[in-house]
Amino acid sequence: MSPKLASLLDRLIAPALALALAMAIGHVLILVAGASPPEVFGALLAGTWGNGYGIAQVLFKATPLVFTGLAVAIPYRAGLFNIGAEGQVVAGALAAGFVGSHLPTAAPALVAVTTCVIAAFMAGALWGALPGWLRGRFGAHEVITSIMLNFIAMALANWVVADFLAQPQTLHTAAIVDGARLTRLGSWLPAFRGSAVNTALFLVPVVVAGTAWLLNRTATGHQLRSVGLGARVAEASGVPVARVQTLAMALGGGMAGMVGVNFVQGYKGYFEDGFSGGVGFMGIAVAMLARAEPWLLIPAALLFATLSQGGLAINALVPKEIVDVLVAVVLVVAAAAGARSARREEGS
Amino acid sequence: MSVAVELRGICKAYGALTANRAVDLTVDVGTVHAIVGENGAGKSTLMRILAGVEVADAGTVRILGESPARPTAREAIRLGLGMVHQHFMLVEPFTVAENLVLGHELLRAGLLDLAAARKAVADVSAAWGLEVPADARVEDLSVGEKQRVEILRVLYQGARVLVLDEPTAVLSPAEVTRLLAMLRRFAASGRTVLIVTHKLDEVMAVADRVTVLRRGERVGDLVTMQTSPAELAHLMVGRPVPMPGNRPDPPDADPAIDESIAGSASGGSGASAGARPAILTLDGLGLVAGGRSALAGVSFKVGAGEIVGIAGVIGNGQSELLDVLGGLRAGATGTVQFGGSDRVNLLTLSVAERIRAGVAHVPEDRADRGLVADFTVAENLMLGKLREFGPWYALGRTAVRAHADAVLERFDVRPRDPEAQASTLSGGNAQKVVLGREITRSPRLLLCGQPTRGVDIGAVEAIHAQLRALRDAGVGIVLVSAELTELLALCDRILVMHRGRITGEFLAGEADLDRIGELMLGATAAPAAAGIGGPP
Repeated sequence: MSPKLASLLDRLIAPALALALAMAIGHVLILVAGASPPEVFGALLAGTWGNGYGIAQVLFKATPLVFTGLAVAIPYRAGLFNIGAEGQVVAGALAAGFVGSHLPTAAPALVAVTTCVIAAFMAGALWGALPGWLRGRFGAHEVITSIMLNFIAMALANWVVADFLAQPQTLHTAAIVDGARLTRLGSWLPAFRGSAVNTALFLVPVVVAGTAWLLNRTATGHQLRSVGLGARVAEASGVPVARVQTLAMALGGGMAGMVGVNFVQGYKGYFEDGFSGGVGFMGIAVAMLARAEPWLLIPAALLFATLSQGGLAINALVPKEIVDVLVAVVLVVAAAAGARSARREEGS
Repeated sequence: MSVAVELRGICKAYGALTANRAVDLTVDVGTVHAIVGENGAGKSTLMRILAGVEVADAGTVRILGESPARPTAREAIRLGLGMVHQHFMLVEPFTVAENLVLGHELLRAGLLDLAAARKAVADVSAAWGLEVPADARVEDLSVGEKQRVEILRVLYQGARVLVLDEPTAVLSPAEVTRLLAMLRRFAASGRTVLIVTHKLDEVMAVADRVTVLRRGERVGDLVTMQTSPAELAHLMVGRPVPMPGNRPDPPDADPAIDESIAGSASGGSGASAGARPAILTLDGLGLVAGGRSALAGVSFKVGAGEIVGIAGVIGNGQSELLDVLGGLRAGATGTVQFGGSDRVNLLTLSVAERIRAGVAHVPEDRADRGLVADFTVAENLMLGKLREFGPWYALGRTAVRAHADAVLERFDVRPRDPEAQASTLSGGNAQKVVLGREITRSPRLLLCGQPTRGVDIGAVEAIHAQLRALRDAGVGIVLVSAELTELLALCDRILVMHRGRITGEFLAGEADLDRIGELMLGATAAPAAAGIGGPP
């Protein structure tokens, strides 16, 4: 077996194991709740991958998870743990909403969309770069600073929206111009009608491919990975470690900021306080399950999106909190298996 | 006079290494007793056995006339023995008072009675002139103050016998003087002091008796008044060593001597480098690390096509020298001129700029600084030379592969697999990868630390051949090695470092293993200095 294939299999073992164990525990819980497991799992599948709307909703929910997964995965490859995606999402979305609503109404779609996407990316990148810079400059641990910056971002957004940007009687900003809005896929595909899934979905493969290229085929990616796997070796080879760490956090923050594209430009048409609902934190789960490998983020995000959407579908049969338990089991097993194989690599 | 400490027939082996071989030791109450020996002579092991931190394979321990019921540190403390370790055992964020009572807190109504602890600090501190502020946090104290807190704690625990393991290694000369005076006061008060050291001037200044260990065996037990540093050094090394006589001052206190040596050393290198243009010129390089001087007045030249070796006992500044030259340690003083017509002060350049200027670095610790364990060999070979593989946004896979194949072939790395993980390589092959990466930068200067440490014998000769070939191609090489034989085999010149200073210089052919060994231990360079300035 070629080492490439072996390492791919090695990476897939943990998620597969996690899924199997989650299913087994889900089985028991469903029995305890007095329902029939085949019926519940059947309903879960039917409500997600079983119809056009379900598929569309899974895709819609998976899109931000890929972005926040990247937000965690990129810094992770540079040896940093970004817990700040939640705040970076808020920064990006607020920027998209603010810029989008201040563009001239006549702005052509291409210009308006691009401007908003860039604004979302840059705002998230700035918010992400901050803990990276604090780490490189002062040695402040990014886990602590990025967590704290979550609260600061949410409080700031709350204040700015409530006192300056909110439309009367609401807690959201003015609507963005029509040109900045993204098309819902339902307008092309009747099967997807009713779902908010939109063209932001097409950004996913582009961004994932770009990240994979950046990490594996560029000088920047080589430096970033060398800092992640051996910062002291990198330093001795002339890599500007602090600068690379800041860059990795900025890139991650930018990815989180792009969640705003899906939400503001693709769904609501404005920024609304408290919309993010934990997608930033779910990004940690997605990245861990995917072992911070860009392409694996997509299946990992789809899995979590399926469970999330499926929870709604099975709510009539069993409490939908069962799905939260499944998510947690997937995570714990994936994290444990990841740590085990990391130890094995060290030991070899 | 009664006996404070009595060790009989202490034996201790770690695997094949014998640390102590049937060592006897008797220390009288009210005396200061020094244990001296070279690095690895078994001094620390013996003291750790006495303090109950290590268990002897054979032999008996008696402390103040009693045998410990169990060989534990707690039992040794109960019998009145306290040890001040080389590495402080203090809780940094706690105050002095909190540290002092740690483990036997004073309680009042179930609550920690810090007022009583503070009073205890004040009492003990005043009684001995220790001058430690009770409410200062340990992390804010200087090294010397921390050591006094350690001593304070041992006294507070009621120790009648104090053991200090290399207590002066971390202290400034003024603090050393102060500590030694304090030890004398302890002895005068009827306490007993055992001090482990390899600094003979301290022994002469403070000890009543001296026990000399060599390779785990006791080779001497002398009254300080009746011996001399020369005799002690002779016993330590096993052959006569020229010493600076019975000077009471430590050699450091008289920098003029060292300066003159360093000066003549650089003069000598000027002469020997006359034929070759100097590629590297150090002038008065100094570095303070951890509150003490790691490098002081280091001046020498390296010619193009010359291998200059640095000999020294580990921890005498060689590592710091390499780190400073490689750009991995900031804060050095002095200048380091590098290059020919394009002369620059290396100290002003970043690591990346040094690499571009033509400096290559084979770090002393491969695992720490040389190779990314989870990278493939090919990825490791790209470090610090990414520009060679095409534009930054699209590194050429074929170029990467070709470079890796070429290095593996030229340096005979096995397996010849660029995709092998670096962590799977043997020591010798890993070192060849590092060396290959650095040599193929086409450097003008190579900084090379411990090139054959942990390397299989088969690879040693290959690595030596590569270094010679590099030298013959006109590259200047600074070679730090713990292996004297390696330095003798490779170097055009050997400099000896002791306590951060260059204390001797030898040209190839004139180098004498015994003399270098003595200088490494801190013997004076006077006889050698006469030979330094002259032409080969």
